[in-house]
Amino acid sequence: MAETTPKGVLTTPIFKNNPIALQILGICSALAVTSSMSVSLVMTLAVIFVTAFSSMFISLIRNHIPSSIRIIVQMTIIASLVIVVDQILKAYAYEISKQLSVFVGLIITNCIVMGRAEGFAMSNTPGLSFLDGIGNGLGYGFILMVVSFIRELFGSGSVFGFTVLAPVQDGGWYVPNGLFLLPPSAFFIIGLLIWVLRTLNPEQIEENEFKMKENTQPKEAV
Amino acid sequence: MAQSNNSIKKILTVAFVLCIVCAVIVSTAAVALRPLQQRNVELDRKTNILEVADLYEPGMDIQTAFEKVTPRVVDLRSGEYTDQFDPATYDSFQAAKDPAQSRTLSGERDIAGLSRQEAYSTVYLVGNPDDPEQLILPIRGQGLWGLMRGYLSVQGDGNTIEGITFYSHAETPGLGGEVDNPNWKAQWQGKEVYDEQGDLVPAIELVKGGANESTEVDALSGATLTSRGVTNMLQFWLSPEGFGAYLAKFRSGVDQDDAEQADVELEAEGA
Repeated sequence: MAETTPKGVLTTPIFKNNPIALQILGICSALAVTSSMSVSLVMTLAVIFVTAFSSMFISLIRNHIPSSIRIIVQMTIIASLVIVVDQILKAYAYEISKQLSVFVGLIITNCIVMGRAEGFAMSNTPGLSFLDGIGNGLGYGFILMVVSFIRELFGSGSVFGFTVLAPVQDGGWYVPNGLFLLPPSAFFIIGLLIWVLRTLNPEQIEENEFKMKENTQPKEAV
Repeated sequence: MAQSNNSIKKILTVAFVLCIVCAVIVSTAAVALRPLQQRNVELDRKTNILEVADLYEPGMDIQTAFEKVTPRVVDLRSGEYTDQFDPATYDSFQAAKDPAQSRTLSGERDIAGLSRQEAYSTVYLVGNPDDPEQLILPIRGQGLWGLMRGYLSVQGDGNTIEGITFYSHAETPGLGGEVDNPNWKAQWQGKEVYDEQGDLVPAIELVKGGANESTEVDALSGATLTSRGVTNMLQFWLSPEGFGAYLAKFRSGVDQDDAEQADVELEAEGA
């Protein structure tokens, strides 16, 4: 498979095999933290760090992990890394850690991290697993940044906290769309993004798992 | 290899070693970074206090600016300062959970939705502590989604509001979350807590459709329940149940005994 070259594992998760857009993993945090770009950026960095290092450590000891407790072993490593990240953020980026609040802790349950640990790191070398972690983190981050750009621009009229569209409450002309600040808007944006990505890469379109039955004719129903 | 990996001995060894290694890493990080984290929490609190006192400018040295501010612990019932606790370490949130240092509130008396209230609270005095320019009072109460915590700054006359800020809340972004909006906060300056000189019941409230009186502030549009929460919170903390007796000392025309009496009566009612 072409995927297992170092360059392949690093770049394919960004567009071709995006964890959010194709695998539909890690949606929960993508909805929650994308209302501002700087918060999304820190979340992205945290996820890249955790995915990369957890994949690397798990891959390092993969030959010694008893299969009966492998999920717990993976969880322990992931959880430890997440706590370390959380502590570092609280010490060096307090403002942002306040905004991310519980979502740093919830990286533990981010399916991307677990998915890569179980799906890739358990059967590949540490170096490749590390790159795969970074790649998937970047794929996650790519979607996060696109979504947060749209949400922050239309929701608060700014990009990275800098005002682009002067909002009405500060004496400008732009009426911010409050919906974009609420988590459901990320659902629509991610849905539309998936549509765009699958239109560009038709091979991503999944085959129907079942056939919808034809509509009953109104006549028959009556 | 696979066989030996699944032996009970191997499972226990792997689990044990992994737990030890992870525990060491996690506790090292937690212990090594704790001083920095506590400094951040402290700085954050001081920044909020300076902000509500309108002394904050971005990029300023918080520690130096905070020298103008003196924390004191106040006995809420009598309104007197107490030296029983060290203001630097006294934690009123902790005290509110301790039955020995707090009281239960219920029903109509608990308009702010606190269920427990501490007997002593920390106030911050700006300027000369004997004749302060501003009194900064910690306030908290239920909003729409959860507890809102903030500070209210009252000028030295014990009546005129200088500013309000919320440092933790869970209100809806764009609606109730607008309690953070600087423009909304700006209209608090110069508002009055009580409408008559001798009054002990605070009149300050958020109103819909334009504030006319000096005790009225524009409510947040689209956030009725948050606005109600802010009103209730202020009415609670500025009444004799909260800082009423303390503020009475700074106000003219209020009978001291009345202020203390009012709280004793409330106390008896609650018991």
